[in-house]
Amino acid sequence: MTVPLLKVDELRIALAGDVAHNAVEEVSFEIGRGEAFGLVGESGCGKSITALAVMGLLRRPLSLAGGRIALDGQEIQGASPTEWRRLRGSRIAMIFQEPMTALNPLSPVGKQIAEMFVLHQGASWSEAMDRAEEALRQVRVPSPERRIRDYPHQLSGGMRQRVMIAIALACGPDLLIADEPTTALDVTVQSEIIDLMAELCAAKGTAILMISHDLGLVANMCRRVAVMYAGRIVESQPAGAIFATPRHPYTQGLVDSLPRLGERAKRGRQRLREISGVVPSIASYPAGCRFNPRCFAATDICRSTPPAQTPLPANGLVRCHHHG
Amino acid sequence: MSQSTPASVTADIAAKRRFRLRGGLSLWVGGALVGIAVAVAITAPLIAITDPVMSANLMNAEIPPGWEFPFGTDAQGRDIYSRIVYGSRISLTVGVVSQIVNSLIGVSLGLSAGYWGGLWDDFVSGLTNLMLAIPSLIFALAIMAILGPGLVSLVIALGLTNWSYSCRLARAQVLSLKSQGYVQAARILGYGDLRIMFTQLLPNMLGPLIVIATLGMGGAILSEAALSFLGLGIRPPFPSWGSMLSEARDQINTVPWLSVFPGLAIFFTVLGLNLLGDGLRDILDPQTTTRR
Repeated sequence: MTVPLLKVDELRIALAGDVAHNAVEEVSFEIGRGEAFGLVGESGCGKSITALAVMGLLRRPLSLAGGRIALDGQEIQGASPTEWRRLRGSRIAMIFQEPMTALNPLSPVGKQIAEMFVLHQGASWSEAMDRAEEALRQVRVPSPERRIRDYPHQLSGGMRQRVMIAIALACGPDLLIADEPTTALDVTVQSEIIDLMAELCAAKGTAILMISHDLGLVANMCRRVAVMYAGRIVESQPAGAIFATPRHPYTQGLVDSLPRLGERAKRGRQRLREISGVVPSIASYPAGCRFNPRCFAATDICRSTPPAQTPLPANGLVRCHHHG
Repeated sequence: MSQSTPASVTADIAAKRRFRLRGGLSLWVGGALVGIAVAVAITAPLIAITDPVMSANLMNAEIPPGWEFPFGTDAQGRDIYSRIVYGSRISLTVGVVSQIVNSLIGVSLGLSAGYWGGLWDDFVSGLTNLMLAIPSLIFALAIMAILGPGLVSLVIALGLTNWSYSCRLARAQVLSLKSQGYVQAARILGYGDLRIMFTQLLPNMLGPLIVIATLGMGGAILSEAALSFLGLGIRPPFPSWGSMLSEARDQINTVPWLSVFPGLAIFFTVLGLNLLGDGLRDILDPQTTTRR
């Protein structure tokens, strides 16, 4: 078997406090070269801090408490600040939820793209500016030769997110982490941005770790999807299978809560199903399976014993006593 | 921009009008006063009537303001107007240079403390509080007493004693800017610490820093006057506004013009700097302006 591009193994992230808690535990996944991988979950389930851990950016009160993160077979969790700096931006890049604030308001966007070439590839500024213009053209910003001199506030949200993509992909990273990249954008712009991202990453062979609470979006874009709940991965399957045969009650709930075209004609007018209850706070995770208070299938064993991982076909897994 | 639509043109005009109104009176009056002071300092040899030091002539001693000597003469018969004109060079030099020293010290300490936090932050914050607890004029006096009077020691003394304000401001700015998306993004994109400080943080906090530096210059000019008044600043016979006041102290009842005109010079320059600082605050403060 080939070495995966990113291998996260038994990741555990601790949240310091009066009592230390594990914000994330037993999280393992692999992303192959050029593969798009989705990480889905509700707010606070630990998906964003998992991404931060992969970037080496956990800050107090969060810290890496255990597990291994390997990029191309090389463990990076213990890298020095200098090594991390070389990885970030050149091999692992990231784009954020908020294109409004992620750009320096006092610097022209062209310069912010060009800085990446100067910083990571030692390019001269004039060469870097030429390449920045080319990068803007690639993300389909109209008249890039003029736009490189624009300041972020002169661009719309969609344009800014395109600039962010241009910055993130400037140095041809191996892995792009996209943390809710379209949440702040209009629905019509969302799909353009997602398509653009997918297309550019495919062209450059960049793998994507897509983080979202939008199961539909992730399933469209990614080959495989992992669902996180309360700090653990509860199910991981190929994107198609997640929709067709969700195995974990939580995933089933998520899938059922999505409206589908043509549903009403098939089954008549129905209320969308919801998952009752709320995500437990990190300080009060229930014993046993963490989903048990909200689960329709919960039994005694669910309340006492945490379920182990059960392998599924196609490298999938599910963490439930009653999967199936 | 060549492609501006009519709508954005009117928006530009409206923005310019807002800029003018917001800067308001204080910006322009302050700017004019400071501009005059700077112009006088630069053109001193051209606009002075006599040499400020060498023109002593006891025949002209203590002549009241009049046609020949617009601000009168002192006990040695030197033209007060010319001395004030030359004195502006010293006052402005001290004000500007010592404030630059203050800003350099304050901003580098505050920026690094806010950015790195931890022990270094504790140390810098402690030092800042210590500096704020010591009356800066007394501290400057002590430094002057060690270094001896003179322009260079004045600049050093004032430059070392008033950096705590810019330090605090810089630190507070960093703490709030640090959580901004673009600063986080820079870290994620592999920027080093120094690059983040100089490309992301410093430009975005420059506005308030410039304001506080402008206000600080007024303070430094006053401190120069006070130190010279106490005999620790510029030594006679060279004219500085403070030392002129100091010399005039005994004759304030009999020869009032000796103290009135240097006092007015200090008053208008410091007023100008303070108004300019206020005006700059209004147009540079991101809270009151939409960003460019």
